[in-house]
Amino acid sequence: MSIFNYQEQPGYFKRLKEALQTTKDDLGHMMNQVLGTAESPVTEDQLEELENILISADIGVQTTLEIVEKMREETRGQRVVTSQKAKRMLRKEMLEILKASQDPPRKSASPSRPHVVFVVGVNGVGKTTTVGKLAHRLSQDEKSVLVCASDTFRAAAAEQLTIWAERTQTDIVKQSSGADPAAVLFDAIAASKARNTDVLLVDTAGRLHTKTHLMREVEKMKRIAGREVEGAPHEIFWILDATTGQNGLSQAREFFETIGITGIIVTKLDGTAKGGIVVAIAKELKIPILYIGVGESQEDLIPFSAEGFVDSLGLGEED
Amino acid sequence: MLGNLSTKLQKILRDLKGEGRLDELHIEVAMREIRIALLEADVHFKVVKEFVSRVKEKALGEEVLRNLMPAQQVVKIVRDELTELFGREEAGLVFSKPFPSVILLMGLQGSGKTTTTGKLALWLKKKGFQPLMVSTDVYRPAAMEQLSVIAREIGIGVYEEKSSDAVELAGNALQHARNTGFDILLIDTAGRLHIDSELMMELDRIAEEVRPAEILLVADAMTGQDAVNSAREFNQRLNLSGVVLTKMDGDARGGAALSIKTVTGKPIKFIGVGEKYEALEVFHPERMASRILGMGDVLSLIEKAEEVVDEEQAQEMLKKMQRNEFTLEDFRQQLRQLRRLGPLEQVLGMLPQMGPLKGLNKLQVDEKQLTYLEAIINSMTLKERVAYKTINASRRKRIAKGSGRPVSEVNRLLKQYVQTKKMMNKISKGFSTKGLPKLNFPI
Repeated sequence: MSIFNYQEQPGYFKRLKEALQTTKDDLGHMMNQVLGTAESPVTEDQLEELENILISADIGVQTTLEIVEKMREETRGQRVVTSQKAKRMLRKEMLEILKASQDPPRKSASPSRPHVVFVVGVNGVGKTTTVGKLAHRLSQDEKSVLVCASDTFRAAAAEQLTIWAERTQTDIVKQSSGADPAAVLFDAIAASKARNTDVLLVDTAGRLHTKTHLMREVEKMKRIAGREVEGAPHEIFWILDATTGQNGLSQAREFFETIGITGIIVTKLDGTAKGGIVVAIAKELKIPILYIGVGESQEDLIPFSAEGFVDSLGLGEED
Repeated sequence: MLGNLSTKLQKILRDLKGEGRLDELHIEVAMREIRIALLEADVHFKVVKEFVSRVKEKALGEEVLRNLMPAQQVVKIVRDELTELFGREEAGLVFSKPFPSVILLMGLQGSGKTTTTGKLALWLKKKGFQPLMVSTDVYRPAAMEQLSVIAREIGIGVYEEKSSDAVELAGNALQHARNTGFDILLIDTAGRLHIDSELMMELDRIAEEVRPAEILLVADAMTGQDAVNSAREFNQRLNLSGVVLTKMDGDARGGAALSIKTVTGKPIKFIGVGEKYEALEVFHPERMASRILGMGDVLSLIEKAEEVVDEEQAQEMLKKMQRNEFTLEDFRQQLRQLRRLGPLEQVLGMLPQMGPLKGLNKLQVDEKQLTYLEAIINSMTLKERVAYKTINASRRKRIAKGSGRPVSEVNRLLKQYVQTKKMMNKISKGFSTKGLPKLNFPI
């Protein structure tokens, strides 16, 4: 069993729907406008418009072309493909991509304690907030949590995490600004062992994937963690801002290759951005998407659902 | 990747016979590539559509300039059109008199408002202004604290007051600035979604309270297609005066810049290019055009080099090189100049990624190595720096101890120095006494 809870709580779909409403209205509306709701045969022009809609969701040119091309191929030889059928095919195609990335199954709890989780990403994606929300989720499941303020670079990052720790009633280990992040981690592991906590959540500084020295800093932290706790870090969550465009793929590749991320959390999905780049990422790197962030309060982190996500792109079954 | 639209176009258009004029076939083929390039750079699809049709109109029938290939010609047209769109002139900041003049910064969560507030304050201070900062972010944990820490780090005043009312905070800060004689008040605001009507209303009220001369939208260069939605909304609500594009030090093409400019019509005034507080630059339209098209930023680099290399020093060095007197002291001088250009990776990233320079931006440069090199030279006596041959084994050991680096590194540095000296001697024979010396030495 995983240490994290990916179970959908009662009322989950309602919540998801509400959270993604803005997105869905927008895209679902466009989609229906293009395809029409009637059972009329789909035209080449409509397919091109479909491409535009997918591109406008940040899915990317290449991925979009591939998806639509596959659709075209499937329609070949069939005499009449209605627009509704085209939409269903598109939905199926997207679900397949997203679901394929959801296996291999999520990491199970490690025998060694604590279960060490790094939270990484570029600047401003919402790492600290997500750590706070994860701490909240874990404590709801009666897991003991320690958070580690390894972002010693950004002004007042540790203070921000401290407030989250207070809110979620979790312990925190921090040092003064400018301290070696690996040293803070070392202390946090020692504290976590002494207090026998279940999970150690490590907040890290934002780093652009193009900065080699900053990427190396995480490698060093990984070494320290692995030396102190067997198999640590057990999971590395990469945070993706839903407003990110095509650069998201470049980020994901770099974080995946040099740091070895094990899961993705998509934040800020409560805005009008669709986070479509996650489809391109799922397609290429097959990294499971674990949670989505849909607001600023501590409950606003909910398990990812491929169906819910595809619905939000205007491809819902009932639309 | 779009990295080299130019190369890609050249390859495609090479096979098409051009008779000194761009014909429809050329254009069709080229436009398809350009469309994809712009979409991959995150320019909004509607903006792309509009743009491509405009370029097409311009390009049709255009004569190919004598020394350009058809492909280059197309790229040139696209680039010129992009530059045109961004506006020819660099847009400066507007101030209201009498002082204090207010600059209001706003944007989505995580776009970099607080850091930008600090950077802009420092930039203004360097221009001789007396800026004061205030954070009105009463929502995000430790947001106000963050600005206070930045203020301490860069030595700029910050107005602090325990309050949970953003509008009141802004008003009180302005009063304080007025009373204490500050020129400019920079107001940092909480990150907000453009669809959050309550928080958007708060911005209206702040603007009404302080009457800002500048209302700047802070936007992340990595933003995708949604950039148009948020920018449009912020502009409609608050009538922006300009945009600051952040995180330009990554490898994002920054197509969002074009989308934002197109939907708001407002100029991009600054770009954020690094984590240091000095890393804020005035926006240059033609450079952004090149970047979106993947043509590097040679201009920026040249300008930077001109800024940091003292002309006299350069002449002196050149003479020395010609006399083959390039000493370790000069070597150190060069190291320093190189470092003043900015983080090396940033410098390399500005080079176009084609031709002989291709892949140079992937070069892994460890800034620390440069520090070590300098430390080693610092640990030498003046005499040693001038006459490297006197550095024997025991001196090497001493230098190693002094700089805290292993002897092997001292050896390596000396070897590199000798190589550089030789190389320079060769090059300098072909050098005129005008122009800058090349900053080339093995790293």
